[in-house]
Amino acid sequence: MKTQTNMAAPAVKRKKGFMFYLKRDWELYALVVIPLIFIVVFKFLPLLGLSIAFMDYNPILGFSGSKFVGFDVFRQMFTSPDFYVALRNTIVLNIFDLICGFPMPIILAILLNEITCAWYKKLTQTILYLPHFLSWVIISAIAYQLFSPSTGIVNIIIGAITGTGESALIPFLTEKWHWAVMYILLAVWQSMGWGTIIYLAAITGINSDLYEAADIDGAGRFGKIWHVTLPGIKPTIVVMLIMALGRLMGSNFERVQALSNTNVTDFSEVIATYVYRVGLGANKFNISTAVGLFQSVVGLVLVLLSDRVAKALGENGLV
Amino acid sequence: MAQTRINRGIGYKIADVLIYIFIGLLSLICIVPFFHVVSVSISGNEAVLSNKVWFLPHDVTFQAYKTVLGDPSMMKSFGFTILITVLFTLLGLALTICAAYALSRQRMKGRSVINTIFVITMYFGAGMIPEYILMDSLNLLDTMAVLILPLAISAYNMIILRTAMQAVPASLEEAASLDGCGDFRILVQVMLPLVIPTLATLALFYAVGRWNSYSDALYYIQSDNLKPLQLKLYNLVAAAADSSALEGDGGQTAQAEEVVKSATIMFATIPIIIVYPFLQKYFVSGAMVGAVKE
Repeated sequence: MKTQTNMAAPAVKRKKGFMFYLKRDWELYALVVIPLIFIVVFKFLPLLGLSIAFMDYNPILGFSGSKFVGFDVFRQMFTSPDFYVALRNTIVLNIFDLICGFPMPIILAILLNEITCAWYKKLTQTILYLPHFLSWVIISAIAYQLFSPSTGIVNIIIGAITGTGESALIPFLTEKWHWAVMYILLAVWQSMGWGTIIYLAAITGINSDLYEAADIDGAGRFGKIWHVTLPGIKPTIVVMLIMALGRLMGSNFERVQALSNTNVTDFSEVIATYVYRVGLGANKFNISTAVGLFQSVVGLVLVLLSDRVAKALGENGLV
Repeated sequence: MAQTRINRGIGYKIADVLIYIFIGLLSLICIVPFFHVVSVSISGNEAVLSNKVWFLPHDVTFQAYKTVLGDPSMMKSFGFTILITVLFTLLGLALTICAAYALSRQRMKGRSVINTIFVITMYFGAGMIPEYILMDSLNLLDTMAVLILPLAISAYNMIILRTAMQAVPASLEEAASLDGCGDFRILVQVMLPLVIPTLATLALFYAVGRWNSYSDALYYIQSDNLKPLQLKLYNLVAAAADSSALEGDGGQTAQAEEVVKSATIMFATIPIIIVYPFLQKYFVSGAMVGAVKE
């Protein structure tokens, strides 16, 4: 690596000071410095604020005026029933997200790959990707219109089919159990198409000789999917699964916030909305920060753990 | 794709038909909601109230759009959102290009450290309150800058572009370097023209990201004239969601608003639907690179 890149310098001295490289590649350092400042200021500087989680923080007095209280805030957090509700909802909703949302793009990619008609494939792909580009506000606005109990088109159609002629009055988004199902399904709707891209790419990378060999062995269509396509995309599936597992503690604030309403808070309060409500809503900065920190740390541990597991299984892992 | 043409039985054809129908149905599910919203937005109030509008408009009128277009606060917000989206995208691209180019050069000392600094931000964040306090101490609260600066560089996008730049053959760079070009000129004259598809993808990601998000505005913005369109729409939706939670029916007034609300939804969606097809041919490859991180 040294020999091919060190065009200017003869290989007499092996060790060079950093100043040498700074002088030689000053243009590269000049390029990287501004983005680096942005990253440090907006991503690393806030980490200092995590100290609030260990303080009896008073927004008026600021850092210097607030008292250090050790793990008191965390003790408060772990004794608050609201926190456990948010934690439970986060985990349960995420698990169902994973169960419903994860296999869908794989199935869809395999089916799309079976489509040989080029224009049909292109058209359906274009349409299937579209929901990924819509904001949760728009998705929520459309959903509340379509699924409204009395005026929503879905209830009206169900009513027409069942023959009552009246709206079916199913509270899709205003009763908590229905809401939870809709919350999951809307995300599947939004992301199933976009998720296929990675698997379609992996399928393209499968050696076509394998399919011919399977043909010769008399494998049918399903046989080829089972014995060639699926094993071919297995590494991709594993990596995607690791990343998904690493997100089990995360929550998409914009999604929950846009989709929830006062009737369903029992199920819709997740850690992200709890952090928002307690923090900016009730001005309890320290508890909010502690909860956020808890979420970040557990999330990071999950990512690292699943990365380890993947590597132990002989897959590539994340980094 | 590379399937040899041997005769296939009737079972194969049936499976084919089923697959086509299944994929077709899913695509319909993705697009039909829009037909409904568009239809409602250009239908007469009466027709909507009597639940006549399904997937085709009734008594076509553009009154709702006139109402939205005639609402100065909506139009101002629309203009403001376009402005911040453009500025955000330009800044994001500039920062991403600078970082990605430098970090794609093998000979740069310390690149793995800087790389790690970027990657950490993908897996660990400080959370809302620490970020809020930072914005406060930087005097960014309730300014336009707070909607542009903090999210302007994403490590994820940087990795996509860096990977694309690493794939450019080193011989091109070496030739330019032998001609006496420095890194600045190599970047502008050799590298950038070669990664235009990736740049287009990232421009789409940055622009759509800014256009679609409302949470940062919800946290940081108080002034009405600094509220992006999505936040205004969010306020509208939140009010409607809670009123439909109270339901008794929502009443006639709530229904009459459906038409205007549909027009507002379309208003916030149309820019994306317009840009999307033009960039579609690029973003598939970009998204692939991003998903398979190094």
